[in-house]
Amino acid sequence: MENKEKTEKKEKKEKVPRQAMPEQNPKERVHNFNEVPFGYTKEIALAEASRCIQCKKPSCVEGCPVDVKIPEFIKLIAEGHFIEAAWKLKETNALPAVCGRVCPQEDQCEKLCILGKKGDPVAVGKLERFAADFERESGNIVIPEVAPPTGKKIAVVGAGPAGLTIAGDLVKLGHDVTIFEALHKSGGVLIYGIPEFRLPKAIVDAEVNYLEKLGAKIVTDAAIGRLKTVDELFAEGFHAVFLGVGAGAPVFMNIPGENLSGIYSANEYLTRSNLMKAYLFPEYDTPIVRGKNVAVIGGGNVAMDSVRTALRLGADNAYIIYRRSEVELPARKEEVHHAHEEGVQFKMLHNPVEYIGDENGWVKQIKCIRMELGEPDASGRRRPVPVKGSEFTIDVDTVVVAIGTEANPVIPKTTPGLDVNKWGYIVTKGEAGETSREGVYAGGDIVTGSATVILAMGAGRQAANAIDAYVRSK
Amino acid sequence: MYKVLEKTYLQEIVVRMVIEAPEIARKRKAGQFVVLMIDDKGERIPLTIVDSDSQKGTITIIYQIVGKTTAQLAKLNKGDFIMHVLGPLGHPTEIENFGTVVVVGGGVGIGVAYPIAAALKKAGNKVISIIGARTKDILILEDDMRKVSDQLLVATDDGSYGFHGFVSTVLQNLIDSKEEKIAIIYAIGPVPMMRVLANLTKPYGIKTIVSLNPIMVDATGMCGACRVAVGGKTKFGCVDGPEFDGHEVDFNLLMTRLRMYCNQEKQAMDNYRCGCHGK
Repeated sequence: MENKEKTEKKEKKEKVPRQAMPEQNPKERVHNFNEVPFGYTKEIALAEASRCIQCKKPSCVEGCPVDVKIPEFIKLIAEGHFIEAAWKLKETNALPAVCGRVCPQEDQCEKLCILGKKGDPVAVGKLERFAADFERESGNIVIPEVAPPTGKKIAVVGAGPAGLTIAGDLVKLGHDVTIFEALHKSGGVLIYGIPEFRLPKAIVDAEVNYLEKLGAKIVTDAAIGRLKTVDELFAEGFHAVFLGVGAGAPVFMNIPGENLSGIYSANEYLTRSNLMKAYLFPEYDTPIVRGKNVAVIGGGNVAMDSVRTALRLGADNAYIIYRRSEVELPARKEEVHHAHEEGVQFKMLHNPVEYIGDENGWVKQIKCIRMELGEPDASGRRRPVPVKGSEFTIDVDTVVVAIGTEANPVIPKTTPGLDVNKWGYIVTKGEAGETSREGVYAGGDIVTGSATVILAMGAGRQAANAIDAYVRSK
Repeated sequence: MYKVLEKTYLQEIVVRMVIEAPEIARKRKAGQFVVLMIDDKGERIPLTIVDSDSQKGTITIIYQIVGKTTAQLAKLNKGDFIMHVLGPLGHPTEIENFGTVVVVGGGVGIGVAYPIAAALKKAGNKVISIIGARTKDILILEDDMRKVSDQLLVATDDGSYGFHGFVSTVLQNLIDSKEEKIAIIYAIGPVPMMRVLANLTKPYGIKTIVSLNPIMVDATGMCGACRVAVGGKTKFGCVDGPEFDGHEVDFNLLMTRLRMYCNQEKQAMDNYRCGCHGK
């Protein structure tokens, strides 16, 4: 008995807890756009990596859409081989510094971690970020050898997470890959959508740069569907086309007053701030409204990004207006937590019904109605139902509508024979992204509707294998 | 990078530029536009493609110096580069042989009206063009418009050239004369002018197409900055337009939204001017 107690005590004493990542103080960080978490130090990373018990059959990997070799890279960190850990990550993931920051690990790898059954799972995402950052900061970036040229030309439309992933995979297999991007900069949502304080743009640039060094060609300012059609790409000699154009079109609620000045889509608000760097106006030319009372409509990650941007642009009051309760917020817990810390005011079970403008056509109030939760709907969540006669107003000068996006119709409209569903998303067969047009593959938000960076990357990965097989069979 | 091949001042603050952009030149149709960004710190501004030459691989733009970006653009010379040019964007003008058509251009809007008139003429229409400006010295593209029109009517607000008055009066006179059965009217110019023309033609039931110039960012349908209300429905100027039925457009909303950044635009221009004078 005595002995057993002793061992138990010893085990408890030695057990390393999950390591937190140091962060900027909330009071300071609302005044800057610098990244919120500082990242692990070597010491913290070593401690965290030591927690991984190196399962023989690692369930964490099953939770990863791109099959990152999780126990292997963590073992390398635990041994102090930090750069080698980054290389291990890059065997299956072209964007580890991005994924380490923006993947919902709590729903993927970390959710399945065996340690999570009794305590806290290994901080896979934070370790991934550490290794990728270590490599980048060391400057010791090794470009892996690519397979000999196959002579096959592949066009990738859209330089977002799906497109960048598939391009990386196909280049490594020896194909001649050209990415066409409509914007002036590569990265898609990583560059226009996710704010600097969550994903520094220098990191996206570095990962894009790595792909170019691998051999992928990137053509910006190329709006496929307008500059050239998918058929014209084939005519130019491409053997296959991948469409990873995202679900780019913003959704509005179509309520009265929604076009008043001061009302943005989240896409516009974030694009101005992130891609165009309007938060640095007038050093950069693109302006943005620096509202004092800003309401963001919606409860997802994009809404959290928008409301936290509003605070950093100088808002005194920044609200999240969401029609369900806090439990149902679709945003990552970490993002909601950060928003709370920074002073965002959560107005739950509220829904806008009208915007009221001043004499200059500028929004001055939102008329909201209170909601209550009724029976569960098709999504399994309790349906929000308006409470009759509960309308009231909130004073605002800026509104950001962040209730989702839908398919941009330009490519389907200009590609005969490309099937889309009733929402305009491209129809694919199975998981490999095969469309109704031979040689045309699709993946990411343009197939699934708005989802996550990593799911788009997973789609890119699967389509890469299918395209590789397809072009080799030709 | 897109090379500036020619730059000419059509008048004191209106500039015509020919830019090397072979792929855009090959695809471009009348009514379409480009978005350009001068450098890394620039903003993205939409400008109508006034002309293109697929053989030479060039596009032509005409712009008025109204703010920091256009002022900076006008500083570029032959041989300089514009970092980004995206296009051709927007729906091309629907060109068919309608019969007799009237194309009205006001101010720098004549630059936008010109390719439409040219395409309509080429399609076999009888093209009557009405162009106007505040005064003779700032009237642009008179000769070009004359070449693509069966009849060209000119108006100046101050009477220094052509008809003394507004293009709307010229159009009203044309309609009143009943000499022509007008199938369709294209009206392009300052928002107040387009509004007046749309109101004028509505009682006669003459279809009137206007080309709108809302503020844009990406201009590919992604951001919704360019929301306009047409027939009570929200449309995106960039992908649903730029041309709309003038009788359905909410011009007040367009005016209001165009003013959204006037303070910042002034600040940017003042800073820019300051910078130039300081050197």
